[in-house]
Amino acid sequence: MTAGPLIRQAFIEPESVLGFSLSEWDLLIRQARRANVLARLSHLLDSRRLLERVPDRPGAHLRAARIHAERFRHSLHWELACIESALQALDVPLILLKGTAYALAENQAARGRLFSDIDLMVPEARLPEVEQALISAGWMAGTFDAYDQKYYRQWMHEIPPLRHLKRQTSLDVHHNILPKTCKSCPDADKLFENSVGIPGKNFRVFAPEDRVLHSAAHLFHEGELNHGFRDISDIDLLLREFSKTDGFWQKLLRRSVELNQQRALFYACRYADKILATPVPADVQTVLERQAPARTRLMDFLFVRALMPNHASCNDRWTGLARWLLFVRSHWLRMPVYLLVPHLLRKGYKRLAGERL
Amino acid sequence: MSEHLRRLYKDFELISDPDFCDFHVALMPPFGVRRYVRPQVNFSFDGEYPFKPLPYGQAGALFEWGLNWCIARHANQYLIIHAAVVAKDSRALVLAGTPGSGKSTLCAALVCEGWRLLSDEMALLSVDDGGLYPVPRPISLKNRSLEVISAFSPDSVMGPVVRDTAKGTVGHMRPPLQSVELGERPARPAQLVFPRYKERSGTKLTSLSKGRALLRAAENSFNYSVLGTHGFNSLARLIDDSDCHEFQYSRLDEAIAVFTELAT
Repeated sequence: MTAGPLIRQAFIEPESVLGFSLSEWDLLIRQARRANVLARLSHLLDSRRLLERVPDRPGAHLRAARIHAERFRHSLHWELACIESALQALDVPLILLKGTAYALAENQAARGRLFSDIDLMVPEARLPEVEQALISAGWMAGTFDAYDQKYYRQWMHEIPPLRHLKRQTSLDVHHNILPKTCKSCPDADKLFENSVGIPGKNFRVFAPEDRVLHSAAHLFHEGELNHGFRDISDIDLLLREFSKTDGFWQKLLRRSVELNQQRALFYACRYADKILATPVPADVQTVLERQAPARTRLMDFLFVRALMPNHASCNDRWTGLARWLLFVRSHWLRMPVYLLVPHLLRKGYKRLAGERL
Repeated sequence: MSEHLRRLYKDFELISDPDFCDFHVALMPPFGVRRYVRPQVNFSFDGEYPFKPLPYGQAGALFEWGLNWCIARHANQYLIIHAAVVAKDSRALVLAGTPGSGKSTLCAALVCEGWRLLSDEMALLSVDDGGLYPVPRPISLKNRSLEVISAFSPDSVMGPVVRDTAKGTVGHMRPPLQSVELGERPARPAQLVFPRYKERSGTKLTSLSKGRALLRAAENSFNYSVLGTHGFNSLARLIDDSDCHEFQYSRLDEAIAVFTELAT
């Protein structure tokens, strides 16, 4: 790997940035911006009281990113209040996922994390009334294409993304964490049963170990890894935070079996360790090794490249191929071949036809 | 493109081996046939392509728009207002308004009359200290403004003029050497003016209440909503520090007389 991405160094050992030259700062800011973790880096340095010691010019970029992230947090809470009131009349468990969950649970991973969609999960049987209530409150389906509608509703773990008419915010409503057609799709009831309430709100979030497993399941089934570094950093921050609680690792291992996510957890711990030096206890590693696929060396080759910031300074000659192969793999995991082939043919044809128009 | 840089950025220092750059940008030929057939140009922000490619002839304009985008999108340590900023001594005049209001024309004319150029297109108001920070890049002039300024000040240096862009005919005026040299020094806001060019109208300066001025400045800001409380506080400080006016004009010489009077 060229230039051994500075961003890894900055995340693993924040104090090391104090020794950076201006040209190293230049590169660090670029890598962080590209990976969408500039505000996270700013928070990280601030939490170690290093921010005021950053030279002025890179410091200005870090402060600017932070101001943006602060405001983002306010808008997020406002948007959540709107969702809460739209769904108030229904007695449905509402679980918030990913970035929104980290924010509500006040996890370290939420600090400076920016994202564009809110992800909500409700029981599949209650989807129609939830969707209806959201539509009455101003959310609209982002697509009216009949095939897309069918694709989501029949095979996916979410309905087509909704967009609010006035605020233009987007909301993804899920009923599971992986597509129904995916082999490792867990039993959603187990996720609901184990969820925890947020005091003073109508929302719930996954239990800590399930939050990690969802993050892992999502990242290691994902095809477009443009935010790969941000996502592996999420896993790193969640693991570091939760491992302070006694018995966390044992619970995590047990849940990975119950939710059918052993392989995803293996990858998550392996690459969090390889990329961000996340401390994973030796006995946990031993258990996880049993989940290692025969092609672990190949996966290392692919993921260590694809989970770097998508910036020229982090790429080598194999990065493009690695990203492409993982993109192909994600479709492979998503649905069985007899569904996948017609789906891709149809998508490909539509794209061609669309360009001709 | 080289003509654009050579003429408009003549007085800027060329750094061959920079240690820190705020933004790494490049103009690149697109992939595929449009590299050769009716060639196009792409704006790259460190490997990201925020815009659709444009005809190659518009490279200079794309470069300026691209830089504006970089600043407007990322420099959230400033409240960024759609405005031109000029200064006499260290007291700044902010000419705010939507495109087509005649602020760039007015700005170019004032600069030709010896005012210092801080920025055309956007005012950078520091969230930390309330100062206006300079980016004395070329002044963008559109359509008839190009002739008007060339006639008003025959000494002004214009870059290559491009026709048929999304914004019509576009050209740029070189910033004066002295403004470029003062490119690191902020100025204090003193006047906030919302100009409006109206053909054959008289010259009219009307005072604007602080409340209305604040709302109009917020409407003309790129990142007011992104900054939240910082945005409101910065704007409130700008309004407190400034006399606020609306201004209607059609004749540049009369307009300049009004601002010279205001500045004394």
